Amino acid sequence: MARYFTEEHEWVDVEGDTATVGITDYAQEQLGDVVFVEVPQAGADLTKGGDAAVVESVKAASDVYSPIAGTVVEGNAALEGEPELVNSSPEADGWFFKLTIADKGELEGLMDAAAYRAFCDDL
Amino acid sequence: MSQINQSGWKPGTPMAAKDAGAHPTVTGNKALMLEEPLIFEIGDSDTYGVDLAETHTDLPSRMGDFARKSDIGLPGLSEPQTIRHYTRLSRQNYGIDLGLFPLGSCTMKHNPRLNEKVARMPGFLDVHPMQPIDTVQGALGVIDELAHWLIELTGMQSVAMSPKAGAHGELCGILCIRAALEARGDARKVVLVPESAHGTNPATAAFAGYTTEDIPANADGRVDLEALKARLGPDVAAVMITNPNTCGLFERDMKAISDAVHEAGGLVYCDGANFNAIMGRVRPGDLGVDAMHINLHKTFSTPHGGGGPGSGPVVLSEALAPFAPLPFVDKDADGNLHIVEEETVGEEHGSSFGRMTAFHGQMGMFTRALTYILSHGADGLRQAAGDAVLNANYVLRRLDDVLHAPFGASGPCMHEALFGDEGFAEGLSTLDLAKGLIDEGFHPMTMYFPLVVHGAMLIEPTETESKDGIDQFVMSMRSLAERAKEGDEALKTAPHHAPRARLDEAQAARKPRLVWTAQSE
Repeated sequence: MARYFTEEHEWVDVEGDTATVGITDYAQEQLGDVVFVEVPQAGADLTKGGDAAVVESVKAASDVYSPIAGTVVEGNAALEGEPELVNSSPEADGWFFKLTIADKGELEGLMDAAAYRAFCDDL
Repeated sequence: MSQINQSGWKPGTPMAAKDAGAHPTVTGNKALMLEEPLIFEIGDSDTYGVDLAETHTDLPSRMGDFARKSDIGLPGLSEPQTIRHYTRLSRQNYGIDLGLFPLGSCTMKHNPRLNEKVARMPGFLDVHPMQPIDTVQGALGVIDELAHWLIELTGMQSVAMSPKAGAHGELCGILCIRAALEARGDARKVVLVPESAHGTNPATAAFAGYTTEDIPANADGRVDLEALKARLGPDVAAVMITNPNTCGLFERDMKAISDAVHEAGGLVYCDGANFNAIMGRVRPGDLGVDAMHINLHKTFSTPHGGGGPGSGPVVLSEALAPFAPLPFVDKDADGNLHIVEEETVGEEHGSSFGRMTAFHGQMGMFTRALTYILSHGADGLRQAAGDAVLNANYVLRRLDDVLHAPFGASGPCMHEALFGDEGFAEGLSTLDLAKGLIDEGFHPMTMYFPLVVHGAMLIEPTETESKDGIDQFVMSMRSLAERAKEGDEALKTAPHHAPRARLDEAQAARKPRLVWTAQSE
């Protein structure tokens, strides 16, 4: 399974044609305590870079963008009752949505873990 | 987090050691600082505060299935108990009449008592919007005269007085823009909003059916004109700009921005929340603005933040004036004032997009705002803006050696000073400094906004603060900044002297308990 990262601090796990998307540990750290998450409905068509989800913390409300285009298979229903999962387990249980990848070529522009770490160090 | 905060203090609840201090009392009161339980925890529902006559009727209830089946459980309090409860709570509140209220972007200026006196005159206080029109000529005259002042101060063509708050005014302005574009058969889809915009701007555009896109800022903290020009095109309906912007800076390129937007066939919305800084000095109409709301509850000193309703009249350019919402006040040839509504609208205003409110707007706020304007006069309004800017620059320069001022080198600020958390010790944040400010006896500043600055602190002293008042605030801020940089552990658990210790804001937002239910002891 390959994991990719975006400059918007999202991670993408790719398994076959399905991608799982969430926000990174760095992102949750910056947001502070997350109090509300709105994930996309199954069946929604997302565009690369388009609005996909909303995350609200004690500090701010932010949009989460879809790193690649695709059709939503499932939003993480657990986040509705337990938005704190984004803080406690950002890169595992706190995932936002899964989508069927429209074009695997779009993954090529994303960063790997080492490149993302270097990107964050420069911020 | 303190247990006390989670269940609410009750008489007999032992005080946590750190809250009780060196000399604990059995009541929890600390002399004139009185503890107070929730109203449901006082008395009980079996008692009554008033002695009502017993009623003996055989009339059947007409509530049917809606008849209450169980006791409502309201506490039965006497009048003195009730008055004491709310008076005690009010003493734990902080307001502009107690001290500096430096919330950036909110313009928490003093609300002059003269405004209140005039608003309470029977002729203004007791009018009803459906009264015969010849009996309310004075009240309509207030609306008409205020409208003329707002038009004059902004250099615009007309004003829609009915919107009831800033965001309501934004919606009014964007709906005017949409109506104007649709009237020329040019339904555009996109509204551009700078990164530093008030959060209500993109929300307004989205609510009116537009998609929004960010315009980046340049290193100065101002709109990147070239990036904006590059994005303009036949799909852009409008640009929403706050000027002065939320970094506290004047958008110097405003005229060039407006010209570029107009050339591309779009319209310019200006968020006028910060008009206080430029009132009497710059006319938005001269900068090419097509629509701008004015927060009477900020710039024109009417109460807000729990003290009263907002009011957000929208000034409009010639291009948008015909689309303004109904109703509005107009004068006939004989000088008599009347209200233009659907039944009486003439051709001149036939393209009105509709109505945003049932009646003419926030009459009580109109009276206060006009009182403020007339008591200041044109020269006084001009000076108020100048003093607001002077006070903010004083704060900026008194603090920029101890706090990071990200745009300190971009020239003087306008009405608010912006700082970031750069240089704070590991583990200490803007939130900690703000909580420390509560211990110092001040309301905290606006935090974490604008988003373009890390750990933002936006401070707006307003023109009504004396130099002594600001000096005290600066003294507290300098001390807190040093503590944050040194990593003072005590700051992480502030406030220590407030009626409640630090509240668990995350828990309150995640799992709010909105309905009181009896807790087992």
